[in-house]
Amino acid sequence: MAEHPPAPRTAPRLSATFTPDVMAEIRRAAATGIYDIRGAGAKRALPHLDDLLFLGASISRYPLEGYRERCGTEVVLGARFASKPIRLKTPVTIAGMSFGSLSANAKEALGRGATLAGTSTTTGDGGMTPEERRHSRTLVYQYLPSRYGMNPDDLRRADAIEVVVGQGAKPGGGGMLLGQKITERVAGMRCLPPGIDQRSACRHPDWTGPDDLAIKIEELREITDWEKPIYVKVGASRPYYDTALAAKSGADVVVLDGMQGGTAATQDVFIEHVGIPTLAAIRPAVQALQDLGLHRKVQLVVSGGIRSGADVAKVLALGADAVAIGTAALIALGDNDPRWQAEYEALGTTAGAYDDWHEGRDPAGITTQDPVLSARLDPELAGRRLANYLAVMTLEAQTIARACGKSHLHNLEPEDLVALTIEAAAMAQVPLAGTGWIPGKGLL
Amino acid sequence: MPSFDLRTAPLRELNRALHALRPDTNETRWLIGNPDGRHAVAVGLDAAVSVEIDGHVGYYCAGMNKRASVVVNGNAGVGVAENMISGFVHVRGDASQAAGATAHGGMLLIDGNAGARCGISMKGVDILVKGSIGHMSAFMAQAGTLTVLGDAGEALGDSLYEARLYVRGAVASLGADCVEKAMRDEHRAQVFAKLEAAGLAGEVDPGEFRRYGSARSLYHFHVDNAGAY
Ligand SMILES: Cc1cc2nc3c(=O)[nH]c(=O)nc-3n(C[C@H](O)[C@H](O)[C@H](O)COP(=O)(O)O)c2cc1C
Repeated sequence: MAEHPPAPRTAPRLSATFTPDVMAEIRRAAATGIYDIRGAGAKRALPHLDDLLFLGASISRYPLEGYRERCGTEVVLGARFASKPIRLKTPVTIAGMSFGSLSANAKEALGRGATLAGTSTTTGDGGMTPEERRHSRTLVYQYLPSRYGMNPDDLRRADAIEVVVGQGAKPGGGGMLLGQKITERVAGMRCLPPGIDQRSACRHPDWTGPDDLAIKIEELREITDWEKPIYVKVGASRPYYDTALAAKSGADVVVLDGMQGGTAATQDVFIEHVGIPTLAAIRPAVQALQDLGLHRKVQLVVSGGIRSGADVAKVLALGADAVAIGTAALIALGDNDPRWQAEYEALGTTAGAYDDWHEGRDPAGITTQDPVLSARLDPELAGRRLANYLAVMTLEAQTIARACGKSHLHNLEPEDLVALTIEAAAMAQVPLAGTGWIPGKGLL
Repeated sequence: MPSFDLRTAPLRELNRALHALRPDTNETRWLIGNPDGRHAVAVGLDAAVSVEIDGHVGYYCAGMNKRASVVVNGNAGVGVAENMISGFVHVRGDASQAAGATAHGGMLLIDGNAGARCGISMKGVDILVKGSIGHMSAFMAQAGTLTVLGDAGEALGDSLYEARLYVRGAVASLGADCVEKAMRDEHRAQVFAKLEAAGLAGEVDPGEFRRYGSARSLYHFHVDNAGAY
């Protein structure tokens, strides 16, 4: 008698809703009762600059010679009201990252790298360190809700002032630096006892709303004799209105940070679910400036997930004047480098995924205050790496601009772009590749 | 004595002139007339001079002050002496909200009342208010003293760090993590010193004040405190 083969069974099937990641988080939450805090930006796939492509020149437009014809990269920020605007050789700037979240060596390396590349770097929550001032030719001083370390001497020492309203990783959120990272020095700069958690407020203590902001900006200008450019940084959520209000309040420069933007430490739920992607934020911000007749008069600096010269070129083509990088700069310094793989594994993670920056145990010595770990980062070498990387980004952006026939990066325009997906076409307001269709705009 | 009429001279010129003062300047007394509620009057000073403003000022008067003594013969708008580092700021009238916000040092003396959020995020300043203060005062106050001869509004000292709050009158309510603490001799001595600095030594009894400070239970995030955040 022939034996029946075993009846076929359903294959084990993992849920697309309850993925292993989701289940692991539920178990973690159930075991601890605390939400997940981490560093870095949104990790899920989002419509991004990769969804855009450039249309190189051909018969209807002609390109510029790669190594012969000039393609300018310099940018001036803050000429609207400041008597001493910022002049940079490349539109790629270094975003504000706090001393406290980063080691003093890392801050120094950012300053060195930016200076070699002819660009600016930015302080962060917690104030300005003498090291970063010394090693940064152009230093933007952040004016944050916490006002940790805020003092008029540093304000006068700064080259520009950035009023931080929000960050892309957490628009509407404040900050939290956990006690582990609060050494005597960090605590001293913030006027708090060492070793305790430091909450940074989400609202400024002495102004709310655009009318107050205008008065606050006037005060900062009066204190610094109208010399320094004043930036206003917002997390991308309502970029049209926020950009318009910042410009109306008298900002020289608007910094717009999309939801992929990194953070030192924030709740994962905040990072992944609040704010809009960088790609979606740029056109409304540019539109706001155009509607006010201020495009190119008030500069727009865009950040959040910028990684390459292609990203830079795309952001500029959409109408921004410059970009800022945080996470990419840390990677250039040595963050998440596979050479520390064994140590990442000991921390229960892997190179490329390490994001517990708030815990201060960074094997690469960057997001830590531990003297032994931070000694691993040589600020000179790391600064050199950052400068190399900035040079590559600039060259890449120039390569694209020349291919589009542009003699300056700022001549890139939306007409040079098409989108790969309908989402990207709608967000960037450029046609879907191979069509004349811009969703929401009808046929061209 | 240099004097400035803000009805005729631009504010920018006044602040510039004050910033240009050298440490050994002979122009140590300045008179400012007709401020008419202007914002950012006498901000960013860094010289041991005294500036007297005759009238009401708008927002951020004496903001980021260092070393200078600034007297307002009138009321002050939002954020008077915000982020002051050192020196002395005296408001003869009332002050609006966020008086002395984030100030690191020096003394802020208010003869009248102060509005909401007086001493918010203060980082070492001494604030003395002869009248009463509004709600949410000393929110997240980190260091320094806030001495109030009158009453305090709701949620005093919410999320307080190490600042010391002394109130003579009634406190409408205390904010999260703010508790009443015992007044010991050292605290009475501290109150006396602040009263003395305000020219009130002998007029007001330090023994009449109660002290409020941080329970320090929110210093390390703990899920059982989630309701307090
Ligand atoms: C470690 C770290 C610390 C940061 N600290 C600050 C800060 O103090 N103030 C601020 O405005 N933004 C801060 N940010 C955000 C950056 O300024 C910037 O908006 C963001 O990193 C840009 O996105 P990207 O990381 O994808 O380049 C921080 C980001 C990182 C990664």
